[in-house]
Amino acid sequence: MVEIENKEEKFRELEKYIEEVNYDPSMLINILHKAQSIFLWLPQEVMEFIAEKLKIPKSRVRGVVTFYNFFSTKPVGRIQIKVCLGTACYVKGGDKVMERFLDELGLKNPGDVTPDGMFSVHDVRCVGACSMAPVVLIGEGDFYGRMSPDKVPRLVKKYKKMAEEIKAGGRS
Amino acid sequence: MKEIRVCAGGACVASGELAVKGALVKALKDKGLLNEYKIVETGCMGMCSRGPFMVVDDVVYAQLNQRAVNEIVEKHLVGGQIVEKYLMKTPEGKTVERAFKEHSFYKNQVKIVTRNLGIINPKSIDDYLEKDGYKALEKVLKEMRPEEVIEEIKKSGLRGRGGAGFPTGLKWEFAAKQKSDMKYMVCNADEGDPGAFMDRAVLEGDPHAVLEGMAIAAYAIGAKKGFIYVRAEYPMAIERLRVAIKQAKERGFLGEKIFGTDFSFDIEIRIGAGAFVCGEETALMASIMGERGQPRVRPPYPVQKGLWGKPTVINNVETLANIAWIIRNGWQEFRKYGTEKSPGTKVFALAGKVKNTGLVEVPLGITLRELIFDIGGGVPNGKKLKAVQTGGPSGGVIPASKIDTPIDYESLTALGTIMGSGGVIVLDEDDCMVDVAKFFLEFTVNESCGKCTPCREGTRTMYEILDRITKGEGTMEDIETLEELATVVKETSLCGLGQTAPNPVLTTLRYFKDEYIAHVKEKICPAKKCRDLISYVIDPDKCTGCTACKIVCPTNAIEGELNKVHIIHQDPCIRCGSCMDVCRFDAIYKVTPPLKVDAKV
Repeated sequence: MVEIENKEEKFRELEKYIEEVNYDPSMLINILHKAQSIFLWLPQEVMEFIAEKLKIPKSRVRGVVTFYNFFSTKPVGRIQIKVCLGTACYVKGGDKVMERFLDELGLKNPGDVTPDGMFSVHDVRCVGACSMAPVVLIGEGDFYGRMSPDKVPRLVKKYKKMAEEIKAGGRS
Repeated sequence: MKEIRVCAGGACVASGELAVKGALVKALKDKGLLNEYKIVETGCMGMCSRGPFMVVDDVVYAQLNQRAVNEIVEKHLVGGQIVEKYLMKTPEGKTVERAFKEHSFYKNQVKIVTRNLGIINPKSIDDYLEKDGYKALEKVLKEMRPEEVIEEIKKSGLRGRGGAGFPTGLKWEFAAKQKSDMKYMVCNADEGDPGAFMDRAVLEGDPHAVLEGMAIAAYAIGAKKGFIYVRAEYPMAIERLRVAIKQAKERGFLGEKIFGTDFSFDIEIRIGAGAFVCGEETALMASIMGERGQPRVRPPYPVQKGLWGKPTVINNVETLANIAWIIRNGWQEFRKYGTEKSPGTKVFALAGKVKNTGLVEVPLGITLRELIFDIGGGVPNGKKLKAVQTGGPSGGVIPASKIDTPIDYESLTALGTIMGSGGVIVLDEDDCMVDVAKFFLEFTVNESCGKCTPCREGTRTMYEILDRITKGEGTMEDIETLEELATVVKETSLCGLGQTAPNPVLTTLRYFKDEYIAHVKEKICPAKKCRDLISYVIDPDKCTGCTACKIVCPTNAIEGELNKVHIIHQDPCIRCGSCMDVCRFDAIYKVTPPLKVDAKV
């Protein structure tokens, strides 16, 4: 179970929004968008909270959440690191790059999130840049080709700095 | 004060519009010209592959960066000289100054829907009002009865631009005749076809045109409440709509007692959450009501029982952007463009193997040849046109032999494809038709909502068969099954998604069956596209032994010493094509069927 940081404050923000839309159940999707922007993903207790406030069954909230691609029921980092493990990247050592990212961030498995909620590492299938193998995508679309494990620490340092800025500047 | 227009459409923003605008402001400031020019950030100017754009004194500058801007300010604005090197070139290589009038991409277009794109600032309601904005709404509310509005639209012959082409006036009439205490007007802005971006361009470039169209429709059918359903993938469109709705409310074009009449109408934005099927109207309504976006059986149609069981009209963005223009200019003027059964214009997103890619608005009834060759500039790199794909995953391919067909709803349907929302993808001799069908099927498999069996299981099975064929593992029986399955899915699926999903398969089978048979019987891919059926080979006569391919190969499959002919070992080769991309001597080529042993040097 992931501990939600500043939990009370976050739930207050969500409730304020639900109040603004007059507890209208037809606003469920907009509310879920708002909830995901606050919590980054949709934990079970957030879904339950929304169901309770809108006076609708929990199953309906879950049904909607799982229907749409945008919503995630698993935590993800605010900055996501995607390591390509397509054939070309794999044979060029994409798996070693992946391992190093996990190591540097103190994570066990792909999909795990750092305790501060800032980073998660994921494997993706071929991104169509085989000649740059192995490749890594970070954040909103930063692209790094010809990666090697020893290039990882420098990148992690760079994005940790960015993470500090995001934290200092509040939610962005 | 003179105007400098800068394109702030999606593609231009992505290619550095902000930096260009920043540089422009700074350069004007440095020269003390800031008070003499007004910078207008507009919607999409059309030829997205050449952005960012800037227009000054009707002169169009393209592919700009900060340095180019400084030079243009220095030479053009201060010195009065046109800076030739940043002008646009025609496909023949001729430089044109006033590209929007002179370039073949622009001069054959007719702008009704996109009338304000690239002209006005979409964030400014005053800009829109200057272009006769909300005049049509005023005219309708003060001078016309709802029946007269419907009559006008019916006479114009406008048909739904979302894909199916249902007559808009007729839809409004059905809804108007329904007796109900509440009716709804919905704008479908859930543009989901891969490769289609015309609705996005209109929403981002001229949002008030959509709002005005909705208000006129609402008056005609007797609706008090409107929804715009926009996909979450379009944050900029959502933002600009929010701004536009707020402005329109402040000025009294939306809200209570509009223009002092008894008509009241309000619009709310509802955001999607990444489900293609929500473009289907019954799924869309479910999603607006905050439910899973699953379609239901029709009838009842939305005009009978729509949102919360009340009569509802759902029109697409482009359809609505036509309305104010038709009211202002009259149905006769609208009918001057297009054909008898398909009047007016259509906006297309031209993409794929064509020289000029981007957004074009043309009269319906022009031929595909005109669209691809006159406007699009033809196929690049001296390749031959093979086919044209229209209508995205719901559409099909049209072979090159049929490109003199006029583009209208009936002609395209007769060819087995659909007009669709307006995506046009040009395919050349390097594109494999089985692979194209597989690409679109993969999309529908992922987006099928799973409610009805034919679509859920049928598309998946079709995909699996196509996948086998592209791997050279297909049988002749597979092709028969594929054909049969496609027909069943088309006829028995619940909604438009499933009913049209087989179109890419059916049309490729109809026009390119040879290609399917070649994959199955000879285990070859004639277009040399399918990875499992080709090999990359080095031509020893052309190879200089530069080692570029050897360095780039991700699997170390290439062997050879400096200045000596290289060889590709077929076993480790994963056929990614990287070597061919880097070879500067054209020494690497593809063969089909694949080699069983390495080529001898």
